[in-house]
Amino acid sequence: MTPPVLYALCAAAIFGIAVYGLLSRPHLVRRLLALNMMGVAVFLLLVAFARRDPEVTDPVPHAMVLTGIVIAVSATAFGLALVRRLYRDTGRTGLSESRDP
Amino acid sequence: MTGFTLPAAMPLYTMATSLVAAVLIFALGETRGRARTVVNVAAAVVKLLFVFAMLVAVWQGQEFEVRLPMGAGLELLLIADALSLLFITLSALLWLLTTVYAIGYLEGAPQRARFFGFFSLCVAATMGIASAGNLFTFFIFYELLTLATYPLVAHRGTADALRGARVYLAYTLAGGVALLAGIVWLEVLGVDTTFTPGGQLDDHDVGPALRGAYWLLIAGIGVKAAMVPLHGWLPIAMVAPAPVSALLHAVAVVKAGAFGIVRVVLDVYGSERAGAEGLLLPLAVLAAITIIWGSVRALAQRDIKKRLAYSTVSQVSYITLGIALGGPVAAVGGLVHLVHQGLMKITLFFCAGNWAETLEIKRIDQLNGVGRRMPLTTAAFTIGALGMIGMPPVAGFISKWYLGLGALQAGAPWAVAVLVASTLLNAAYFLPVLARAWFAPPPEHWHERFDGLRAETLLALLIPTLLVAAAALAVGVFAALGASPLAWAEFIIREEYLP
Amino acid sequence: MSVPGPSQWLVLIVFVPLLAAVAAVLWPGRGAGRWLTVLTGLLTGGGLLSLSARLLDAGEPVTHALGGWPTPLGIALYADGLSLAMLWLTWVVMSAASWHADAYNPAHGIDEALFRPLWLACWCALNAVFVSGDLFNVYVVLEISTLAAVPLVAIAGGRAALTAALRYLLFALLGALVYLLGVALVYGRHGRLDMHGLEITPEPAMLLAAGLVTAGLMAKAALVPMHVWLPPAHSRAPAPVSAILSALVVKAAVYLLLRLWTWTWPELINGAAWVLGGLGAVAMIHGSVLALLQVRLKRVVAYSTVAQLGYLLLVFPLASLLAWQGVVMHAVSHGLAKAGFFLAAGNIMHLLGHDRLQGMRGISGGPLALTMFALALSAVSLMGLPPSGGFLAKWLLLQAALEAGAWGWAALLLIAGLLAAAYLFRVLAILLARDTPDPLAAPGSDRHVPTAMAWSALTLALGSAVLAFAGEPLLRLFSIGSPDIMTGSTGP
Repeated sequence: MTPPVLYALCAAAIFGIAVYGLLSRPHLVRRLLALNMMGVAVFLLLVAFARRDPEVTDPVPHAMVLTGIVIAVSATAFGLALVRRLYRDTGRTGLSESRDP
Repeated sequence: MTGFTLPAAMPLYTMATSLVAAVLIFALGETRGRARTVVNVAAAVVKLLFVFAMLVAVWQGQEFEVRLPMGAGLELLLIADALSLLFITLSALLWLLTTVYAIGYLEGAPQRARFFGFFSLCVAATMGIASAGNLFTFFIFYELLTLATYPLVAHRGTADALRGARVYLAYTLAGGVALLAGIVWLEVLGVDTTFTPGGQLDDHDVGPALRGAYWLLIAGIGVKAAMVPLHGWLPIAMVAPAPVSALLHAVAVVKAGAFGIVRVVLDVYGSERAGAEGLLLPLAVLAAITIIWGSVRALAQRDIKKRLAYSTVSQVSYITLGIALGGPVAAVGGLVHLVHQGLMKITLFFCAGNWAETLEIKRIDQLNGVGRRMPLTTAAFTIGALGMIGMPPVAGFISKWYLGLGALQAGAPWAVAVLVASTLLNAAYFLPVLARAWFAPPPEHWHERFDGLRAETLLALLIPTLLVAAAALAVGVFAALGASPLAWAEFIIREEYLP
Repeated sequence: MSVPGPSQWLVLIVFVPLLAAVAAVLWPGRGAGRWLTVLTGLLTGGGLLSLSARLLDAGEPVTHALGGWPTPLGIALYADGLSLAMLWLTWVVMSAASWHADAYNPAHGIDEALFRPLWLACWCALNAVFVSGDLFNVYVVLEISTLAAVPLVAIAGGRAALTAALRYLLFALLGALVYLLGVALVYGRHGRLDMHGLEITPEPAMLLAAGLVTAGLMAKAALVPMHVWLPPAHSRAPAPVSAILSALVVKAAVYLLLRLWTWTWPELINGAAWVLGGLGAVAMIHGSVLALLQVRLKRVVAYSTVAQLGYLLLVFPLASLLAWQGVVMHAVSHGLAKAGFFLAAGNIMHLLGHDRLQGMRGISGGPLALTMFALALSAVSLMGLPPSGGFLAKWLLLQAALEAGAWGWAALLLIAGLLAAAYLFRVLAILLARDTPDPLAAPGSDRHVPTAMAWSALTLALGSAVLAFAGEPLLRLFSIGSPDIMTGSTGP
């Protein structure tokens, strides 16, 4: 098994675990963490693709990963702020039982 | 030989008079009643002048045509040929009279700006239907008419009115869907849907597809023409105020349906071709069933407006019958009935409105002796009713005469039997009303709704009533003159369909 | 300094709103925000005029390589008829909604310093989506649109709005990452990401990638079955925000679906066409039926969006130029009508303080006359009745369906139109009812609808009606550069 394939399989596993976490956990902070894990999985895959050709390192995926990290950080920060606001205003940490009437 | 030439866009301008009036009325708002009246009447008068100018021009051979490309090969096409002018003249004339009537009828009622705004919009839509030059344009205005009449049916805002409006909408929108499917299908089959005398089928094979499209079109238009079994909306929509019932349901909406059938049969499929392919006989049979069924149901009604509504169901199908019989004489009968039925039925509805407004009479059993309290209105009603029965010299006689002759000429003597049966039924549901109104003893006192009247009711209600009654009489008496609706209907058939 | 040419305008229409958003952070006052918005509108409007003229003149798409780097190394900006349709829609809706917000925000205590930068950033992101020619670039700008739109939903505060915003955020982030995973697979296989240069052939890895990208975009576009976040988010947001969310933000993701499946991987469409069309059909029926059952006005409209987005997917099974024109026309007219409807609904809420349908019996007329007119006119377009762009779109789609002999799709279109009429006339009937006293006639309720709020709604509604009469030139513009699988020509 070549390293890129190993990385790809790892990425797939992490992605799967993260999706499971996102769907099964009601706590909003856990859900945000799960989303971050999904991001990590995709970044791992991209970095692995950067070495498809063992001779050369493709810089483009690195650029994409860096951009992706910036976006993930901002989205997480904003998500956490929203969760905190929700907790402060209503004392809730999840979305359940809060279906819009 | 032409004395003068009118701009080719006259149909557009004529429609614009009602459209501009609608916009102005909405913009004026509820409070400026006097300005609204001026706009209403002025627009109706201007429109009538435009229509008369067009009548003269078309008689002299001018053609009118306005085109607006809509993309993807679709085209908004407005024309004014002899056939459209028949309908346009009727609606323009009756718009003026009904507007005056409605101003009197709704004096002091709430939401008048909305009422008159949509009323004008309806007339604009009717005008569009009359002057549509192809099925695409016809459909646009057909649906616009549905949309503009909905708020009028719902006008009173009561649970009954809303229910009536909902039923009306369900019928007409479903009809619109059938019509849309039929038109698009025709386009896809490669049939040019521009209205042309003699039809557009040319060398198309009339297979199942063209037949299917035909019946979709007839079903879609048949809803507005109130053909059995698609007539259910009409009696229920009678919850609308009397002017709406009068102009829209006796004239504009049902006529739009009848007119659409005329256009489809004569100008898209072609009378001869449709007859040869066996598309007309089932239509004639449907019309005959509608004529009988409507009359039978009218007999059973206690409410005046409901009886008139079923009578409309029956009478409008005379037009369809005339066209579906397939001969030129029957077609003349059908076309002339478009005008005659309009004049007679609007007379009847105006009278019903006068009784309801002045004395709160809504049911037939309340009519006892009303002829002594309101002789002029009752006389007008008598003219309308006798016309409906087909008594000479009122207008209805002319229609029935030509329809009967046409039926014999087209080799359909059964249609004469239908006409005779219908006449007997008409007599059976109108004569007792007349007898009651003139000869039964009046009640101790009437529910007077107005004080200090100089005439039997408000002049704004009475004068239009008398005028339309006189017109219904006149078109029958003077049918032989060159300027009568009969002469015009003969002109249509001669000029366009028997070249 | 010379006037920028059409391809430079591709850059400017993205950067002008971006710079304005930054400026709005630096000058947070109401006056500054308003002027920045007007300036953005003027500059991007000029850019769109220049682009449209160029497109009509040349008859082919405009491209621009950012920084002079050609693809596949650099990032390409690209605008064809479809892009222009969406860009103009964005321009009109954003302008009208900004006008509405001028009066709405102060009356409803919305924090201008927070609102304006987000609003302009959203405008920037939308423009960027519609001119992007690069898969990864699309990821970035879609995320910007999400991160601008979600706080706008939550901006008024309150439990319902916060919960709706969070649910929206979770769906959007999930969608984005699934999309990114698909993009990573494409890059791994082909080593390039420009939408118009990739030559993707049917193979398992690429089918998986296309599936992931599609699933991700569906979550962002609220297409059935990923639509549950939309009704709360769109109905709880302030009115101008609801308008741009329903008219533009979800449509950006649908736009990408159209673009990717018709340009980037048209070879994969076989089979997928029916799946996508089927999902559209489910959305049309499901959304309409749920709209019929709602008891609050804005939720009716929100479910209507779920249904109307489904129409856009019909282009895949129908696959013809007529269907293409119909779908683009539908996207534009739905955008105008839906935005107009949401603004009008906002005006009603402004006076009543709620949007429960039963509390609206008999309010038509008076201070709401113009609003009612806007509402009715938008409704006509949404149900596809003439005279409106919605009608033209329905006609074109119906003609496409019948020409293809696809009776099922034709029937679906007609039924969906009737359902739309059912849920919209249900609303109109309530407004026409006069069986209870007019809630606005009560003493003390002398409030009125500000001119800006009434006329912005009416402008959009009129726009969707007028579309029918501008069909000829618009369809010509929208069809420029339409994809080969729609026009039937073979090969690139």
